[in-house]
Amino acid sequence: MDEQLLEVQDLEVAFATEDGLVHAVSGVSFTVSRGEVVAIVGESGSGKSVTVMTLMGLTRSPNSRFAGTARLRGEDLVSASEEQLEDIRGKEIAMIFQDPISSLSPVQRVGAQIVEQIRAHENISKAAALDRAIELMGRVGIPNARERARAYPHEFSGGMRQRVMIAMALSLSPSVLIADEPTTALDVTIQAQILDEIRQLSAESDAGVIFVTHDLGVVADIADRVLVMYAGRLVEQGTVDEIFYDPQHPYTWGLLGSVTRVDRDPPRRLPAIPGQPPSLVRAPAGCPFQPRCPHAFDRCRELPPLAPQLPDAGHLDRCWLKPSEKRALRETDGRIGLTEGAAS
Amino acid sequence: MTENDTIVAGVRADGQQPLLQAEHVQLYFPVRSGDLVGRTVGHVHAVDDVSLSLAEGQTLGIVGESGSGKSTLARCLVRLLEPTSGTLRFHGGDITHLGRRSLLPFRREVQLVFQDPVSSLNPRKRVGQIVVAPMRLNGMNRGDAASRVRELLERVGLNPEHVNRFPHEFSGGQRQRIGVARALANNPRLIVLDEPVSALDVSIQAQVINLLDDLQDEFGLSYVFIAHDLSVVRHFSDQIAVMYLGKFMEVSPAAELYSKPIHPYTEALLSAIPIPDPRENRARERRVVGGEPPNPIAPPPGCRFNTRCPRATEICKEVEPPLAEYAGGHLAACHHPLNVSSTEISAARRSPLSPLSAGELMPGGREGAATGTQLPGVSPVTAGPGDAPDAQDGTR
Repeated sequence: MDEQLLEVQDLEVAFATEDGLVHAVSGVSFTVSRGEVVAIVGESGSGKSVTVMTLMGLTRSPNSRFAGTARLRGEDLVSASEEQLEDIRGKEIAMIFQDPISSLSPVQRVGAQIVEQIRAHENISKAAALDRAIELMGRVGIPNARERARAYPHEFSGGMRQRVMIAMALSLSPSVLIADEPTTALDVTIQAQILDEIRQLSAESDAGVIFVTHDLGVVADIADRVLVMYAGRLVEQGTVDEIFYDPQHPYTWGLLGSVTRVDRDPPRRLPAIPGQPPSLVRAPAGCPFQPRCPHAFDRCRELPPLAPQLPDAGHLDRCWLKPSEKRALRETDGRIGLTEGAAS
Repeated sequence: MTENDTIVAGVRADGQQPLLQAEHVQLYFPVRSGDLVGRTVGHVHAVDDVSLSLAEGQTLGIVGESGSGKSTLARCLVRLLEPTSGTLRFHGGDITHLGRRSLLPFRREVQLVFQDPVSSLNPRKRVGQIVVAPMRLNGMNRGDAASRVRELLERVGLNPEHVNRFPHEFSGGQRQRIGVARALANNPRLIVLDEPVSALDVSIQAQVINLLDDLQDEFGLSYVFIAHDLSVVRHFSDQIAVMYLGKFMEVSPAAELYSKPIHPYTEALLSAIPIPDPRENRARERRVVGGEPPNPIAPPPGCRFNTRCPRATEICKEVEPPLAEYAGGHLAACHHPLNVSSTEISAARRSPLSPLSAGELMPGGREGAATGTQLPGVSPVTAGPGDAPDAQDGTR
């Protein structure tokens, strides 16, 4: 369980644009262990997708700049050559995208697409690869898999297409599976089915899963550990319970407070985080959340380190406030419905 | 049948005429064959016999998954689409088949805010031009309109100095505010909000929801709020309708829908939403509904949800359940209702909002009192009331 599969160290990704250098990801470090589901939470522009796309080598272009390392079983994904990556991608690390219709070829039968992926990495016959594809499709809950393997992507519903994507991602038993908002485009009843599927498959295969999402409900449902990103930086990381019941960063607790819940009477007014996310071209100096933070003070003009503030050393956050101050402010903000709700 | 019989009990403000009413509204889209002749080979039953009523100052939430017909219904309600059959009334006046010109007064009073703030704002117009357009169309002079634009922008939380900017210079949340300002321009009575916050980030969603809330109080607006899941509508709605494959499955006062869902589909929707609370999530008994929504070109006979429903029996495949009205104006169309006692079931009556095609068989095996809502010339799809109890024995 504790074997580290992936170790990301000080990852930086920047893109040169007409408006200047966009710092999409700044100084991100984290690890993923065997059988663990790590959720990356953040809003649009927080850098969560760029982080995982970089692990897959999908952000490489003449305009992009990288620094740092991402070691997958010792091999660095950031500096790997395109040939090395082609070997690793699909086999060691696979990805499920948000929008399955644009990630599947519209002119090739889905079975053939899975076969192609298997045969790109393994020297087996077409028939054997197809058998495996069909078996995988059955495993992810596609009925009549043998027949459906001959269908084209447009003949599938959104949920079924996402299942095809999952079957394809699993076809070579990767050690790390990345899911980038895999259920965002799906209806809630279908989302529940897919989450069950991913949870079960990650337990069976013992792969590490990186799950990117903006939906805190999904995080609570599936994650073991949570990374919270804001403006390209990690602002907090911890176990799912630490993040939900003892959030240390004002952004995290603001985010938790502004979620609508089906199981509670709604508050008269939803607590909202004021302002807009910052531009990544002219990022504010110091703490990235400082312009929107109701508790910012002088020291916030300097960037706080991502450091453990509490005895439980796995729980890190990037904020200058002391843990005692945070607890007090969190209560008076009235932003955290969780602790108070659990008691009532 | 008197006029008032067709009003949802819970929405009616006492003695007042409802602002908006829909009676047995249907909208079918023809499906044409792909050849040159383009014959009609079937219909998509997007909205299939929906009745509702909305009082001044109230909010009706309509929840459904993709393909449930919720957006089509919204477009019918604002008469961007003309219903295939049924009647729409605004302030009591029939607007179902009015033409362009006769609709103008109605257009002033009813506005729409769209889901996608990018494609619903003209990228080549400045914000000022976008917000001023409805007022100029309404004949307001240039000077008055210009000062009103600044006032509106300020009211929705935008900087009035930004009137000369283009939509792309704003963030998603700000663009949605521009859409809201435009909708407010002519002092409407009713705003139909089609998933207004679905495209926004969580922290921005709360801002826009609070804004819409304040505006409703301030201007006494009525809202129809369309959503794809049950978490956001809860905050707003007085009444919530749950839609599946073109029909209302359940219509309920907002709070009661969450504490006491009667239709299995509503329960499935509630149980499918993950709660942002890890411990409660683990403790919760999750009932994941399998399967997928059937094809709306050939919806299943009987109850539309029967192909996925864990409680479905033979009767559900054969007789379409009427909307049974339980205490407190809580309506549900189900033969096997949840969370209601046998006394509540026997006290329930057949709601006049029930689809015309629905059978007479009420939950608990009773036949509903005939309400005489069948319009002349419309023959019910299911067999007559006498046949319904037999259907359980599989005689059909």
